[in-house]
Amino acid sequence: MPIFDAQDLRTYYFTMRGAVKAVDGVSFQVEKGEALGLAGESGCGKTTVALSIMRILPHGGKIVGGKILFKNNDIASLKENQMKRIRWKGISIVFQGAMNALNPLFKLGDQISEAILTHESKVSKGEAMNRAQDLLELVGLEAKRVKNYPHELSGGMRQRGLIAMALACNPELLIADEPGTALDVIVQAQVLSLMDELKRKLNLAMILITHDLSIIADVCEKTAIMYAGKIVEQGDVLTIFKEPLHPYTQGLIGAFPSIKAARRRMSSISGIPPDLLDPPLGCRFHPRCRYAQEICKREEPTLTTMREGKHVVACHLISGKIP
Amino acid sequence: MTGDTTIKVTELKKWFPVRKGFFETLFSRQESFVRAVDEISFGIKAGEVFGLAGESGSGKTTTGRLVLRLIEPTSGKIFFKGRDITMLPETEIKPLRSKMQMIFQDPYESLNPRMTVRDIIAEGLGIQKLVESEKEKEEKVVEILKDVELVPPEEFLLRYPHELSGGQRQRVAVARAFVLDPEFMVTDEPVSMLDISIRAEILNLMLDLVEKFNVSFLYITHDIALARHMCNRIAVMYLGKIMEMGVAEKIVYESLHPYTKALIAAVPVPDPTSRRTKLVVKGEIPSPINPPPGCRFHTRCPIVEEICRQKEPEFIDVGNEHYVACHKAV
Repeated sequence: MPIFDAQDLRTYYFTMRGAVKAVDGVSFQVEKGEALGLAGESGCGKTTVALSIMRILPHGGKIVGGKILFKNNDIASLKENQMKRIRWKGISIVFQGAMNALNPLFKLGDQISEAILTHESKVSKGEAMNRAQDLLELVGLEAKRVKNYPHELSGGMRQRGLIAMALACNPELLIADEPGTALDVIVQAQVLSLMDELKRKLNLAMILITHDLSIIADVCEKTAIMYAGKIVEQGDVLTIFKEPLHPYTQGLIGAFPSIKAARRRMSSISGIPPDLLDPPLGCRFHPRCRYAQEICKREEPTLTTMREGKHVVACHLISGKIP
Repeated sequence: MTGDTTIKVTELKKWFPVRKGFFETLFSRQESFVRAVDEISFGIKAGEVFGLAGESGSGKTTTGRLVLRLIEPTSGKIFFKGRDITMLPETEIKPLRSKMQMIFQDPYESLNPRMTVRDIIAEGLGIQKLVESEKEKEEKVVEILKDVELVPPEEFLLRYPHELSGGQRQRVAVARAFVLDPEFMVTDEPVSMLDISIRAEILNLMLDLVEKFNVSFLYITHDIALARHMCNRIAVMYLGKIMEMGVAEKIVYESLHPYTKALIAAVPVPDPTSRRTKLVVKGEIPSPINPPPGCRFHTRCPIVEEICRQKEPEFIDVGNEHYVACHKAV
């Protein structure tokens, strides 16, 4: 039984011009001690998935369908005061942009203990501060850093501080939105190996959101590739990277230069992602797909399960509708 | 690639003075500087793509601006096709500007939103008086639009930047730089603002144009995997110094400097079967104000020895155009 199970999740943003179908029927599972990499271009809806799970969608955003099962409990339908008990203690998030996610006016220790005090009413201030110190040590910072303001910390240290804050109430599922994108390569590598280590040590379930497939190949066990609000392919990383079946996944993997493989001309995907106010009919990828046929313009492909459920892909080429 | 050097810099240095508070200036005579670029030397041959790689704060962007004479160096010399341009006054630099171009990082900011694509591309032609007539100007613009694959050109001439996608905007920026028929071009992280699926096509386009126009290309990036993909040669910078320089494949597969090795080890590989080798480098890049004495990398180096703390290593030629500044590498 997976600890987290999103079933046919739909989140739309209601705007003056109509509903933006940012997440449109997304399903995936995450087990304990396992990291799932959610990948896709900007605007594909991956951050909206995270915000839906945390139930912190901005104004106008609404979960319009599907279930979000966390420990077999549908959190999509919880009331706000019930959700409060799950946020941070059950599921927590490391936000995008390490440089700006901390409040510049408060010391790191105060910000971490604030998270503890908000979610756990029985804890005293002194206790919370002690826990903040332990957390900093857990993420590889010195305990005395509780006294530092964010501007006194480097980018890597701030990112570690944010991770410490996310772990403050011992969550079971950790969502990380683009961890390390604003950081330098070496620091990014340090942060990613820290997350990998924490995942093992604390037996965390993780959802890693990124546009960089190499990061997923590096730290995740499973991956789901999103395009225009839908998952087009998912499965375990070894299979997907070895044998990507969806033309979009193939394009994405080809778009990254590998430092280890031989030099080759990088492939690209022509065109731009569609407007989600009015997504294309049929397969949403068909205007950019080089294998597109008549059927792709008319009929939306459903997910085809292969390799005993280890690999799922939504493409007419695979389902056999195109000979 | 021919043997002529288009751009050569020798012992180029740029120190930015640090502004201090009122009391500090009263009590301390000592001035402090950010040593952004600290005596670096390299040359770029005609038709060559030369990469500058390093973390933020290593001085790579400052180097790019120095060679274009957008900022004044503290000392050192810059040669363009054998001519010393370090001290040329602005009036004499201006005619050279068409030969030395730049493509900026962010196509959302580098194009004037009130100008049409045609005007953006043609502006330089007018300023540099490279065309005789309006008709010739129009022809050049149309031709370069075809080169950057914005076709049919007529459809794009009268559009404004907001009517273009990110990739199309960057193509306009590329067209604007190449229309002047430059011999040297600097580009600073030209794809980092673009979506992954369109990065590759912009990079491929630039490589094609480099070949077609035979320009020398200075490619600045923090991503050594991209640098290796794009460049003939790579220089790895750290705190204002070049640590290692050589042919791209050699830098990646036979790197000598522990910093280069660390940079390469830190790059995630899009292949789950070959997970990253264990990182040995700790910490982050120190401040370029008062950089560490001796070898600048010694505070993070996994193989540091006593000599590294005291003596700055020389930039040694190890043969085959490969240079390295490390006491322990040779």
